Parts: sequence; structure tokens; C-alpha cells
Amino acid sequence: MSKRFLMGNEAIALGAIHAGVHFVSGYPGTPSTEILESVAKWNSSGNIYVEWSVNEKAALEVAAGAAYAGASSLVTMKQVGLNVASDPLMSLAYVGIKGSMVIVSADDPGPISSQTEQDTRHFAQFSKLPVFDPSSPEEAYEMIQDAFAYSRKYQTPVLFRPTTRICHGCASIDVNDTPTSSDAPEGFVKDTNRWVIFPRTSYLNHLKIEKRNEELRSILSNYPHNFIEGSGRVGIACGGVSYSYVKEALQDIPQEIKLLKVSTPHPFPEDLALQFMQGTNEILVVEELDPVIEQELTFLCGKHHLPDNIHGKLTHEMPQAGENSTEIVKAGILAFLGIEPMPAESSSDMPPLPVRPPVLCAGCPHRASFYAVKKAMHGKKAVFCGDIGCYTLGNAMPLDMVDTCLCMGADVTIAQGLHRIEPDAVNFAFIGDSTFFASGITGVVNAVYNQTDIVLVILDNSTTAMTGHQPHPGTGRTMMGNISSAVSAEKILRAIGVSNIKTVDPFDYELAVKTVSEIAEYKGVRAIIFKAPCISVASPQPVFHVDSGTCIQCGKCLRELGCPAIVKEDGKISIEPTLCYGCSLCAQICPTGSIIRRCSHEN
Amino acid sequence: MKTDCLLCGVGGQGTVLASKILAFAAMEKGCEVRTSETIGMAQRGGCVVSHVRIKDTPIYSPLVPLHSADILIGFEPAEAVRCLPYLSASGTVIVSKKEIRPITSWNSASEYTGSAMLSYLEKNCTKLIVIDSEKVFKLCGSSRVLNIALLAAAVHSGSFGGINTDDLKHAVKSLVKPQFHELNLSAIDTVIALIGEDNK
Repeated sequence: MSKRFLMGNEAIALGAIHAGVHFVSGYPGTPSTEILESVAKWNSSGNIYVEWSVNEKAALEVAAGAAYAGASSLVTMKQVGLNVASDPLMSLAYVGIKGSMVIVSADDPGPISSQTEQDTRHFAQFSKLPVFDPSSPEEAYEMIQDAFAYSRKYQTPVLFRPTTRICHGCASIDVNDTPTSSDAPEGFVKDTNRWVIFPRTSYLNHLKIEKRNEELRSILSNYPHNFIEGSGRVGIACGGVSYSYVKEALQDIPQEIKLLKVSTPHPFPEDLALQFMQGTNEILVVEELDPVIEQELTFLCGKHHLPDNIHGKLTHEMPQAGENSTEIVKAGILAFLGIEPMPAESSSDMPPLPVRPPVLCAGCPHRASFYAVKKAMHGKKAVFCGDIGCYTLGNAMPLDMVDTCLCMGADVTIAQGLHRIEPDAVNFAFIGDSTFFASGITGVVNAVYNQTDIVLVILDNSTTAMTGHQPHPGTGRTMMGNISSAVSAEKILRAIGVSNIKTVDPFDYELAVKTVSEIAEYKGVRAIIFKAPCISVASPQPVFHVDSGTCIQCGKCLRELGCPAIVKEDGKISIEPTLCYGCSLCAQICPTGSIIRRCSHEN
Repeated sequence: MKTDCLLCGVGGQGTVLASKILAFAAMEKGCEVRTSETIGMAQRGGCVVSHVRIKDTPIYSPLVPLHSADILIGFEPAEAVRCLPYLSASGTVIVSKKEIRPITSWNSASEYTGSAMLSYLEKNCTKLIVIDSEKVFKLCGSSRVLNIALLAAAVHSGSFGGINTDDLKHAVKSLVKPQFHELNLSAIDTVIALIGEDNK
């Protein structure tokens, strides 16, 4: 054993490597992204196959295929990614696997960087799969290895559900210096009854799954990461990171409390929970997202005619949305125990603080693209459907160019529905390059087939920017470091039947506006590809400055672009040289030509 | 020994690396360390907070509880004010003088000044160290040293108990890319010299 300081996502990656993983696939999504990246980082021998798949459905299916051939496979995604992968997931739960297979679906209480506060533990119940829910990065390292072991033993995919504070928390962790090496996968063995899903086999498998889960309810009661601490007539049941908040809060509460920690919310460790409830009358459940543990305990009370009162989200004693913290948990426990909380220290005299919504970076090509469309469509009836990625930030003032955002790929299809109802509007669909490959293409096929009328705008910045610049099919690079042939979005559009396609550099402002104005006048499915690299993959150009002699302080650059590099100091507009990337957009729109590029040696 | 530290700023300022460096230095001293980072959408110019908890006994929560931070390192004056409720009554605040205004402030009435934030901090905390970051940038020839400069000031203030400037330099050499060693090590010396001058 040796100590290493690891982020939770690194701990999951290292645990998977130490469990002998052969095959890792996934799709980027906060807070899960660093798991796959860490495996790739530590895969110097190249013995583990690692890929960013085109989306979560593909990732889960390729990992299932690898496991059918006897490999140990790992799939990573964020919680909403599991929605995309739910079709193969639900069926795979019936078919099962050979080898072993762990599906990491990272939940995001808050939500901090997600569309929903959905709970993967419910997905585990729905798909009837076991789920492991670590309470710390240390536990994540150990439990991911357990997840592989259970998967191998029961020949079933197993879910693993960390939350943001586990994924992005770091801790000093004891890691195994001599991990066990895994055997080479046996290979695929033809077995039609096993690998071909049919109604009859699904019926039989359903029976087996129910029987297995009943067994697991008992077996998991002895799982070391499910446990009871302390004793007393009042109890607290918790799981995930909330366990650490409860422990922290209890340091200041001198009362005997019996604690139940649940690390496998499904199948629920029933025997252990019954043991916990024995002799306790009042139980508070502390968990994030949905009241999963709370419902299980309430169910057990009914099933076993227990007199316990279960308190929590369902009784409105704990918050029903958002993430927990030590303060929230402590307040809940004090109220539950009937203890008067200490009066809160007031900070009422705090000066008003600036609001800081996340914004597009200085030099971001999306700003130029949105601005060109905004200018071209000024005064015309148009709706701008957005999607998931950095470009969702195009919603912020002053750009204000995202009217809808739902889920990956929905910009293309929402625009079609809007247009059917309001045919006199021009319906724009903005989609990033990575999102286009992930889930935009079928929407375009739908649009062409059904002869609708939309302007598709592909914001091609040659990377998956929001999650930290992962390669995708359009980049021609893979996670194994290989060069593959880059998939062309334009060729795909042409093959689908979109013939009116214009590719433009959004930083060529006049041409960009002219192109949008022209294409908006046509009918049918037409497309603009705004092609300019993300500032993180492009080299910065010489920066700009404002000529204070000619600047008339009209404020157009400041008011219309929302660029973080354009600032107003002592009433005068200037450009912050440390932030400017030299994109030139502000210089192109300045009515007096007062924004001038510095010579490169002045940088 | 227990040190709870909060690093707060605006996405892109380098808080994540700073918390890693602190954690490394503390682990070298044999301490338990737990940190929590803001990664994701907020990194695009939003408010970011790193929690760093150092203890010689086990730590539970990855987040520093309210009113219990021993040190608050503010990479921006308004962000330091925002996180002030985390500071303990006897805690130290290290803050960069330079404000970063959100772009939204140009279109609204909510303009604020760094000096108003600094005077609020002065009134509401017992120990405040203000770092003239632009002066540090000028002396070092780069604005990329803010995180290390603030860390150096925090370590120099003695608030980290067992961690001294040599430990910090060792951590920087271990975690920062070699081509940036000289720049960052000079930032440590520069900021300490500046604090020394101010105290004369």
C-alpha cells in the first residue's frame, strides 16, 4: 500500500485498472469526464483499450460487446448520458454479460453542470441492476473494484454512481501497489439462447433476476461498506457524500445516535436495515436527489409492521432539491432532535456582490457566430434553438441568442416542431460539432425526410470544448493516440440530402452576416457551418487595443459583444491584454475603426 | 493540527492548481488532506471555490463548513467578500487587490469597486493581507503567477502551521511544468519581499 493524492474520478480509474479492466468507453460529461481520461493517462503500456465513443448508447454497446467476449469493461458517462444509453441498458440487464462490466453514471446534485437532478439509483431500481454509491474518493477506489467482482460473480452489468463531490473531491488514498493482473478474455462463444434477446428468454431471465436480487438484498447486508455505527433510540440513515456531512455534523452534537450507511441502495440491504431499525423509534434519512433510502425504509416498516417513524424529504424535513452540505445536514439533524440551533451570524451589511454567470471566453468563435446571425436576422421573425455545450452560454446577455435548450441533439428537432406551428418564422438550430456527431444526425434526416424548413447552424470549433477538449469523430484523433480519418459533417449533410450548405469563418464578420441573410431567404433544410477553432486549440493572435484618440466611447463593442476582455476603466473603454485572444470581432464592428491590433512584438 | 482553507476566484484564475499544490505540501508533512473543486460550466468566468482541508486525523466532509476556515485566499476582492461567511472569527484573509468585473456589470447598475470590497474585508476580519497583484505581475513579467503569489503570501503569514516557503517551493517544483519553475519560484520570493516592504 502507498498513499496517493487522487481526485475521485482518478480513484475510480485507478481502481478499475487495479481490478484488471481491459476495455474502457464513454462519452464526456461533467462530472464524469476525468475517469476515462485518467485511464488513458495511466495506460502507458497501451494494454487497455480506451475510446471516446460517439455517444453514451454507443459507449455502452461497445463495452457490452467487449464483455460478451469475456473482457472486463468499464463505461463512463454523466447521469443524463444514461438516458441516452437506457435502451441498451434495459435489455442488457436481461441478457447479462460474460467477463465483467461496470457502468459509471455520475450524478450531479445541485445541479452544478447538468440539465436535471435525476437519480441513477432509481435507474438501478428500474433496470433491476445492482448499484454502488461511494461516500468518498477512498471508497470509490475500493468499491469500483468490488463492483467489478460482483459483476463477474453474477454475470450482470453493475452500476456505479458517484456524485460531483466524490468525482471532483480529492483525498489522500491508500492504493494497492501490487494489483492483481487479469486473465486474457476468453473470446466470444456462440450461444443463441444467451446472446440473442427473445421474449421467451426474457421471461426466464426476468425470473432469474428477481431471484438474484432477493438474494443480494441479504448478501449485501454483509457488504463491508454497508454498516451500522453507534446505538441509540434515534437513528440516521444515509448514503453517498451525505454520510460525510452527517459525520461532520455529529462532531458538534453530543447525543447518542445510531447510524446506518447504505452503499448499495439497490438491491437494498434489507437484513442490515431491519437490524438498524430494531430498537429505534425515530429515523432521519439524509440523502441527495431522490428519497431512495427513505422509501426503502418506509417500505420495510410496512412490510415488517415496524413502529418506526421515517423522516426526510417525504416529510419535508430535508430539502427536496439541491445538494447537501454540512450546514444543511446539521440544521436537519438539530430540528429532528428538537435542539434549538445556534443563532446564525448575520452578515447583513455585506455590500451587493457582482453576479457572475458563466460566459463565452474572450476570442470564442461562438460569439462571432451568434453575433452574425443576430445581426442578419435583426427585425425578422426568428427562433434560435440551442443545444448542450459551451454554446449554451450564447443565451447570456447581451448576445441573448439561445431561445430553447432541452437535451443533446434537440435543437435540430425542436426547431422542426416550432416551424410546423409557426411557418412564418425562420427557425435556426445551433449545434456543436461534437453534439452533431453524438445525436444531431438523425434529427437532420428527420428534417429532410419530412420536408421541413430549418436553418441548421453547425458551430464547428474542432473539439468537445465544455468538458475539457476531448477528441470526437470530426477531429481525426482517438484516445489511443491514433490518427483516424476525420468524419466530415458537411459530407454527412450532403449525403442526407442537404444541398444548400455554406461553410464560413465566423470571424469574417461581413461575409458571415451576408451568408446568414442569404441562406435565411431560402426554404427547405439548409445549413451553415461556422468553422473556427476553440481558443484552447488555436494559437492566440496579436491582441488589440483601443485608440483613445479616436474612440468616441459609443460603447458598441462593450454593449453588444459581451466579451470578457473588453472593459471600462475610469469611464474609458479598453481591452484587457491578458484576456484578449486577438479574434478581431470587436475591431470589425467598431464604427470609428478605433480598435487596433498591436504588433506581435508588443505582446 | 487542523487547517481549513478556502480558495475563491473567477473561473480560469488557477485555483485548482493552487489547491493541488497546497494539498501536496500538506501530504508531504504526513497530514490527511481532502479537497473539493469547482469543475464544469462555472470555469467559464463563473464563481469558483476550492475547499482544502488539512488535518492530522481523519476528515469527513470534503467541504469546509461555514465559519470555520482558518484561511481564505481570495483571487478577487468581491469573491473574497462572497466567501467571507466561511471564515472563522480568528481566520486570515489573503486577497488580490485587482478586481475582475463580470461582463454583465457593463449593462447594469451593479458596478462595484475593489476598494469598497477591500474596506468591507478590513472591517470584517481580524487579519487581512492585501496583495498588489499588478505590482507582482510587473515584477515577475507575467500575470500567470497570481495563484502561486497568493499561496506564498498565505504560507508566509504562518497560517498553515507546518508548511513553510521551502515546502511550497518543493511542491511547486513537483507539480508545475519545468518550464514554469523559474517564473513561479521567483513569484514566491517577489511576493514575500513585497510583504516585507509593506511591513517596514
